[in-house]
Amino acid sequence: MTTLVIAEHDNAQLKAATLSAVAAAAAIGGETHVLVAGSGAQAVAEQAAKVAGVSKVLLADGAALEHGLAENVAAQVLAVAGNYSHILFPATAAGKNVAPRVAAKLDVAQISDIVAVESADTFQRPIYAGNAIATVQSSDSVKVITVRTTAFDAVAAEGGSAAVETVAAVADSGTSSFVGREFAKSDRPELAGAAIVVSGGRGLGSAENFKILDPLADKLGAALGASRAAVDAGYAPNDWQVGQTGKIVAPQLYVAVGISGAIQHLAGMKDSKVIVAINKDAEAPIFGVADYGLVGDLFQVVPELTEAI
Amino acid sequence: MKVLVPVKRVVDYNVKVRVKSDQSGVDIANVKMSMNPFDEIAVEEATRLKEAGVATEVVAVSCGVAQSQETLRTAMAIGADRGVLVQTDVELQPLAVAKLLKALVDQEQPKLVILGKQAIDDDANQTGQMLAALLGWPQATFASKVEVQGDKVQVTREVDGGLETIALTLPAIVTTDLRLNEPRYVTLPNIMKAKKKPLDTVTPESLGVDVAPRLKTLKVVEPAARKAGIMVPDVATLVDKLKNEAKVI
Repeated sequence: MTTLVIAEHDNAQLKAATLSAVAAAAAIGGETHVLVAGSGAQAVAEQAAKVAGVSKVLLADGAALEHGLAENVAAQVLAVAGNYSHILFPATAAGKNVAPRVAAKLDVAQISDIVAVESADTFQRPIYAGNAIATVQSSDSVKVITVRTTAFDAVAAEGGSAAVETVAAVADSGTSSFVGREFAKSDRPELAGAAIVVSGGRGLGSAENFKILDPLADKLGAALGASRAAVDAGYAPNDWQVGQTGKIVAPQLYVAVGISGAIQHLAGMKDSKVIVAINKDAEAPIFGVADYGLVGDLFQVVPELTEAI
Repeated sequence: MKVLVPVKRVVDYNVKVRVKSDQSGVDIANVKMSMNPFDEIAVEEATRLKEAGVATEVVAVSCGVAQSQETLRTAMAIGADRGVLVQTDVELQPLAVAKLLKALVDQEQPKLVILGKQAIDDDANQTGQMLAALLGWPQATFASKVEVQGDKVQVTREVDGGLETIALTLPAIVTTDLRLNEPRYVTLPNIMKAKKKPLDTVTPESLGVDVAPRLKTLKVVEPAARKAGIMVPDVATLVDKLKNEAKVI
């Protein structure tokens, strides 16, 4: 029994999401190999080789794999899939994009967003925005899985010494091409992996007012997040959205400011270790999941809090 | 250009589901059912393509129980021209749905299939990608902008860290994210008109597709409840609690 973990990376750096997927692989048992599919990604393969518990790294390096196009990456995974009992992807935008293509081609079910491993064929996963946890068993010969990264503590990035084996990179499918990317530059930590997250909701009232969270996030070294309502209203960018269909986060500290707490939002943050809610409405559902609730006007409370810490 | 739009009947997004006491699943008897919100965005996008003269026909498809007809009528009230129901009482998993849709795509020969990125009941986020793989078509998931240009479609996608734009050669698969559009309000005259639009019913057997589930649900339980929190009177108390009790700052 050997598990293949598909590495999340940007051709230069191995992303932390990979370490959580490797942790899930360790919970399944057997050997763990990592596939790095990229272009000029030798450094990523070397980083993957050092990850604790990894016994082999496969490096597929080719121009067709530079931008992570689903058609090419899925073909690459399928090219090496033959020897594996389990194929794991982190449940990131990239992993969710590619994994079902692999599963369909192998004619097996995919198990999405697992939060626990019960045995080599039985897993727990949230359904209905996390309002229920299903235990599912797969009878397929190969298990294609995406891993909710917040549910598995990352393995150590250092300490391993796996061999790197180069495999032939697939050719371009010819049906899709990369046009461009708009990534906001930020000195703040990445939302999905941040230890502290400060999130704003509709209560902020405008994109201008949203900036009131900046000094607090700066002081805490926090990532910024937002509710769907705040994103839909244009107060915050799309990729800040925390919730059922946005990012799933589980930081040490989650500070919800002016967020009422719709079930879809709670689905994205209720596994945070400590939750603080600041809202002027004492009846807001967010207080139902908060460890510490403070009823008050956020425009007074937030600057005061920023000052006090 | 024909556009196919699969739609799923799901528990309404405002309903907080309850887990059944025998742990066999969630209780969906007597709860409000609606079209999956992401599928509504897909129907709206297809309808706008038709209104812009890009699409010539919009076909809505639903797989599931007989009541999914209502979901198809909603799609036709938004703007789909006709509906196809693949009727079955079997629990359909994403791979089975993708196979049913492939069989329909083979018959209907659309140039574009627009699906919701995920259904809000099983939260699987698989069907569009699986359909693309089975057809050997390119895909653009999590779309926030779709522009058809000749034999290509350019799609802006919501990805971790920002936005990415890719171009696909048609035929292709697109799955919708929240910001692609805001679905129109369905008016009564359009609901009446939708009742007269054609709706065909087929079965998995007639399409030659084996829909037997591959995953067995052993049990469904409530998530672990969070320990009850406390209300703090002021910022000073909050900071003290975070520093000395929770020790997170």
